[in-house]
Amino acid sequence: MHIIIFIMKNAERCWLLTLDHISIVAISIFLASLIGIPTGIIISYNKTKAQKIINIANIFMTIPSIALFGLMLPLLSIVGYGLGKVPAIIALVLYSQLPIIRNTYIGIRNIPSELVEAANGLGMDRWTRLKEIEIPLAMPVIIAGLKNAAVMSIGIAAIAAYIGAGGLGVFIQQGIARAYDEMILAGAILVALLAIFVDCGMSLLEKILTPKGLGITANLGT
Amino acid sequence: MIRYRGVTKIFGHGPEAITAVKDITLNIKPGELVVFLGPSGCGKTTLLRLTNRLLSLTSGEIQIDGQDIMSWNPINLRQSMGYSIQEIGLFPNKTIYGNIAVVPRLLGWEEWKIKDRVYELLSMLGLEPDIFKDRYPAELSGGQQQRIGVARSLAADPDILLMDEPFGAIDPVNRERIQDEFLGIQSKLGKTIAFVTHDIHEAIKLGDRIAIFQDGRLIQYDTPEVMLAFPSNGFISDFVGTDRAIKTLGLYRVHEVMRKKPDIVIQASMSRLEALNRFGAEDFRDVIVIHGNKPIGYVDIRDLRNKGTLVKDTVIEYPVLINFNDTLRDVMSQMLMHDISNFPVIDDNGELKGVISHNDIRRHIISIFNDIRHGAGS
Repeated sequence: MHIIIFIMKNAERCWLLTLDHISIVAISIFLASLIGIPTGIIISYNKTKAQKIINIANIFMTIPSIALFGLMLPLLSIVGYGLGKVPAIIALVLYSQLPIIRNTYIGIRNIPSELVEAANGLGMDRWTRLKEIEIPLAMPVIIAGLKNAAVMSIGIAAIAAYIGAGGLGVFIQQGIARAYDEMILAGAILVALLAIFVDCGMSLLEKILTPKGLGITANLGT
Repeated sequence: MIRYRGVTKIFGHGPEAITAVKDITLNIKPGELVVFLGPSGCGKTTLLRLTNRLLSLTSGEIQIDGQDIMSWNPINLRQSMGYSIQEIGLFPNKTIYGNIAVVPRLLGWEEWKIKDRVYELLSMLGLEPDIFKDRYPAELSGGQQQRIGVARSLAADPDILLMDEPFGAIDPVNRERIQDEFLGIQSKLGKTIAFVTHDIHEAIKLGDRIAIFQDGRLIQYDTPEVMLAFPSNGFISDFVGTDRAIKTLGLYRVHEVMRKKPDIVIQASMSRLEALNRFGAEDFRDVIVIHGNKPIGYVDIRDLRNKGTLVKDTVIEYPVLINFNDTLRDVMSQMLMHDISNFPVIDDNGELKGVISHNDIRRHIISIFNDIRHGAGS
């Protein structure tokens, strides 16, 4: 009950922190897909290179987020961005690479080889094949990767409050500092709700962007 | 016109290199359907894929209408030829319309022209355009998908078609039907076609000429008739089978062999005495009885002497009627099955066109084998 009262009393602050949180994640995912989707596409043409790139992306995932913030602090301090949103976004972009690259790669690799054969045989160049066949068919898997990255980033962004990035993590950080239970819980619950909300939204997007012909099962009869 | 000159394809390097196609030289004339036949791994598909540069030549030369394919941009080369494969490879995210329109769109046709073409092709393949154009491949049966695959390869009206077992993935009944349709279309369009199959029946049925491959080499390149009569070595005679005389029967149609309408046919409505008068003293058996100009059965003269008042009282119906477009293989089978050695031949309207007997077929096959033997000897 105390939590609800806390949230109602601080509705405006909750709202602003939520927006702040969303903006960090949205910018990160946007930048991450600009890097990750083309990378995933490029490595889908080369299996051995693909394994190396995915392994590198995997290594980023194994670094604890708080350690990554710590590592970036001295590096980014040189250019004056040791704290704040910039290191948070950089970290989230790095963490998002694995799900985005991996899913793009898998989505394109899993396109049946006869479709690629047909596209080549009919005289599509690589770009046309990508645009007309491969990306549309891989789209549901790519969106699923973005969804993974987004949900994960919402969680990690909460920790980024410790390096001054803002967002809902501020409640948790300050709540712990002040031993203020309602504040901690409010931050945690809002982060969880945001993650659930984004997960549902992205699932819907995944459904919308699935090419129409893929959802159909065979209806036979000659 | 496709000319292959010393075409060789080697996969890999050094000790692990595999020669898939070795020193192939052959021509495919304009309007000719040439079947590349052989067991899997014989190089037939490799040769096809070299033709539109899906694979690159190791050595030798391929010319299309006198122009070396290496002088083309491979993308333009492929767009200029139709291409269909066994797995069909229809794009599941595109409608039937979108699938057929792929190459015209790549070539930058205007949309109205594409639409006309899609409608024309769907109608030609017996698929109602308004019903099928907006469907997705997953909504079609295997046979319908194969037809769309063929339509897609014909879309930009290429002179040359490359077909890699295009009817391989469907059941035998539908396959026969699609082959017949395809032959009908080809007789109108007269495309230059390289057609890969491992099915000897398909090769005999479709091919103007057959190129048989073994271990990457061209073993024999001949018409189906010659191939069946004179397989050039043991491998080919094994491949075409010991029943090759029977297979030869599949190459000829009844109208090529039948005799014209016989002198003595009797009307069903004649009285038996009137009919008997027509024969005089001669002892005919199995005389064809017609109604109007349509054969309805036959009578045995002995029955006619003893029973009934009208011819139709003693007429025995033919269990089947032979169409003038049937193959000799079908007719021979009917003769054996029904123990009838003499059949009337009808046209599509059921009217009597001629007769064909067991002897006619036998004589025809013997004369063909003789002709080929003399032709081969000279």
